[in-house]
Amino acid sequence: MGMALKNTYNPVGVIGIGSFGTAVSNLLSNNTDVILYGRNPEQVEEVRSSRISNNQRLNKNIELTNDLEYLAGRCSIIFPIIPASTFRSLMKSLSQYLKPYHILIHGIKGLDLKGELSDLTEDTVISRSDVKTMSEVVLEESVVVRVGCLAGPNLADELAQGQPSATVVASRFNEVILAGQKLLRTDRFQVYGSNDLIGIELSGALKNIIAIASGALTGLGLGENSRGFLISRGMVEMIYLGKVLGGNTQAFLGLAGIGDLVTTCSSQLSRNFTVGYRLAKGESLDTITESMEETAEGINTVKVIRSLAKYYKIRAPITEKLYDVMFEDLSPDTALQYLMKYPFNVDIDFL
Amino acid sequence: MIESKYDTKAKTYDPILPAPKEWPVVRLGKNRKEFVEEVVNASFSKILQLRGSTELLKEELEITMFKERLRVKENPWKVDPEDESLFWSNVKKNLLHLSSDNEADVERETHDILKEIISRYANEIAGNFKPSHYSMARTIVTFGFGRLFNAAKLGSFKGLFKGKLTLQDKIHIEGETEQLRNLAKIGTIVMVPTHFSNLDSITIGFVIHSLGLPPFIYGAGLNLFNIALFAYFMNSLGAYKVDRRKKNMIYLETLKMYSDLALQNGIHSLFFPGGTRSRSGKLESHLKLGLLSTAMDAQRLNYLKANGGKADKIFIVPVVLNYNFVLEAVHLISDYLEKKGQERYYTESDQFSSSYKILSFLTKFFTRGADMSVSIGAAMDLFGNSVDASGNSLDKSGNIIDIKDYFTSNDIITENVQRDGEYTRMLGEKIVTDFYRNAQCSPSHLAAFVGFELIRKKNTKLDLYSLFRIPTEDLEIEYDEFARIYAKLRDIVIEYEVLGKIKVNQALRVNNLEMLIRSGVNSVGTFHAQRPLLFNKEGNIITNDLKTLYYYRNRLDGYGFEKYI
Repeated sequence: MGMALKNTYNPVGVIGIGSFGTAVSNLLSNNTDVILYGRNPEQVEEVRSSRISNNQRLNKNIELTNDLEYLAGRCSIIFPIIPASTFRSLMKSLSQYLKPYHILIHGIKGLDLKGELSDLTEDTVISRSDVKTMSEVVLEESVVVRVGCLAGPNLADELAQGQPSATVVASRFNEVILAGQKLLRTDRFQVYGSNDLIGIELSGALKNIIAIASGALTGLGLGENSRGFLISRGMVEMIYLGKVLGGNTQAFLGLAGIGDLVTTCSSQLSRNFTVGYRLAKGESLDTITESMEETAEGINTVKVIRSLAKYYKIRAPITEKLYDVMFEDLSPDTALQYLMKYPFNVDIDFL
Repeated sequence: MIESKYDTKAKTYDPILPAPKEWPVVRLGKNRKEFVEEVVNASFSKILQLRGSTELLKEELEITMFKERLRVKENPWKVDPEDESLFWSNVKKNLLHLSSDNEADVERETHDILKEIISRYANEIAGNFKPSHYSMARTIVTFGFGRLFNAAKLGSFKGLFKGKLTLQDKIHIEGETEQLRNLAKIGTIVMVPTHFSNLDSITIGFVIHSLGLPPFIYGAGLNLFNIALFAYFMNSLGAYKVDRRKKNMIYLETLKMYSDLALQNGIHSLFFPGGTRSRSGKLESHLKLGLLSTAMDAQRLNYLKANGGKADKIFIVPVVLNYNFVLEAVHLISDYLEKKGQERYYTESDQFSSSYKILSFLTKFFTRGADMSVSIGAAMDLFGNSVDASGNSLDKSGNIIDIKDYFTSNDIITENVQRDGEYTRMLGEKIVTDFYRNAQCSPSHLAAFVGFELIRKKNTKLDLYSLFRIPTEDLEIEYDEFARIYAKLRDIVIEYEVLGKIKVNQALRVNNLEMLIRSGVNSVGTFHAQRPLLFNKEGNIITNDLKTLYYYRNRLDGYGFEKYI
């Protein structure tokens, strides 16, 4: 099978020319030809001539395009890797070119909200039906049913350096998992499979909340005891939320859950971690977002999840206090004091 | 003038295929022997494929033999052939005497036993369709009951011959009838109705005939063949037999193969995807996917056989039967409440125990009962996409899509059991959604819902089971309160229809609320000995049987109407 691979899946599409999209393109290019799509024509042109995107050199067999029709026509397997907030509009433009044979495996760790996120205020009530995972957006907007996602401890910069890591490809379809494994697997990159698509998508999205909180701890000058405390309590919070939203506990205990959580909670390379760090250093959220080149998904996720937790009456103290810090000018110190007084009793009660 | 009300006859349809000899099911009936043989051979290969080694096959045969001997001993039915016990004893004997020294011999012998079992099953499953019987049964249903209905409605025996009323006046067929007729000419239809009553197959048989469609084949529970009258109708209307007692793999594969091959032969089929009658009175929300998966498989094979050309296409048509009265309700709901549905061999002791009871019920139904309606839903392909007049599948923006693409990987049609299983699961979810959208809310459905929920609201501290223990004399609802909530909910149901979440029976739209409520309350389970809902002397609303009221209330379960009470 290995020998036939290049012909079998040639070429594979990637949508999104950000740092993770670029890193995944390079990973894929070890096994197959890649067509990489960027939305902005000038940026595509620039990368085409420099062969460098987000400080990563592109492998030779990566072709650049600005044409969705061309991409969908040439590729039957496509990896969308763009911010969650732009995903639905991408699907609306892409869906006219998609056929039922297409396989979509996204690498997006965020959620889609019905309506405008900016309308989401203190008092808005939203339920699960207002919030979609990326795979649910694909099913709603196109004829594609063979959908999957990839999630795990995959910091783009480390992937780009060829450091060893692993990911999970999740899909209800074994065919999609196998395709993802064949395409992504290298001797520096392990690929696991899971059938709990929603659980894995939720793990990827929810862990960003905890990553921001972890950045804030470091920003406050705190050490590893408090981080261990945060990660383990954050995990419990994720599982409670995840179960209500349609995931299984198992997903959160794997690479996309605890694996990614440990990574993003400890790394200055993580955008979400950076947001929390700078918040604790006293910068305002607006200043931080304006100065960041790429989206930190966690900011929107905090908003969405806080509303959902309220609707479903789930205790989510970390998310709630983080929201207050980010949007209600609560000081990180006060938030921390609150969490220290919170009456947690039982350590683990979900297994 | 009573008669003038019925002068406007229901719409009638010409047959889409003129002569019975052109009906696909007749072609199947004529070639019964060849067809059964095809089923036997295909099932045989399939099972060998699933149980690769002789060792595994032997094990499967032993399990089957053990289960079947147990069934013969513990749960025999009148319809079972007399040699049943003998047959399985012989299988046992043959399995015990397998040549142990020669592998090739063992393989040959196990294959022989397997084929013998499959052949017995396939012959049992295969229907016995005879066009002459079909006409006869059809006449009984349409003419006979129609006349009976006339006689009673017009108040005299002479009415029997006046011929003013037909079954069409009694059973209203609504929804996408033209699309169904049209698609039945160009493709294969799989009709998937809700299942509330044993009468459903006869109702559906009538609907199919009224719409001018050729007969459909469908799997009918073997237990129904215990009753002579049903057996006659079933055999005549194209039924094949499904025995729910036989849960062994060999039987299930043979059964699925029968349906699969019939569909590949372009024979319109009917599945009750809920499996059995709804015990709770709720619309089905969990479907049995076994038979649906045969449609998926047949569609894939049709594309494979077409080899890139135009393949026969299979269309799914969800149908909702909107009864105001279900004869078995009292039995079904106790069954549900006692959670007996889980039993391995469920006991068949319901009110459909004899032909006489059915006939007397039918007489009541056609002479006194409120009308019923049948909602024909929009047709879709096996992936839930809508289809146009030529049978093309459409995506959400109305572009034509080629559904062969669902079965391909890298441009090649592949067999992938896991993928197709997932498709079948998604189809099941789509059918459930369509059931809820197409279900028609009638004045009596709403009355049952309002009545039960008001009683429940007055007793919020009690759980369901305690509620049923309250003496019914203590459960009286003031008319004014009932009317207020009924009116409010009626408006909400109509709003839901605008949103496409439910359908509304025309009768629910009348302006005179008092009349509406009167007719609604009076048609909740009219024929039960203990009426689930009725007026007392003071004009308030009471129940004589809360459990059965709960059954009728469940028809509107799942829409979230409770929050408006």
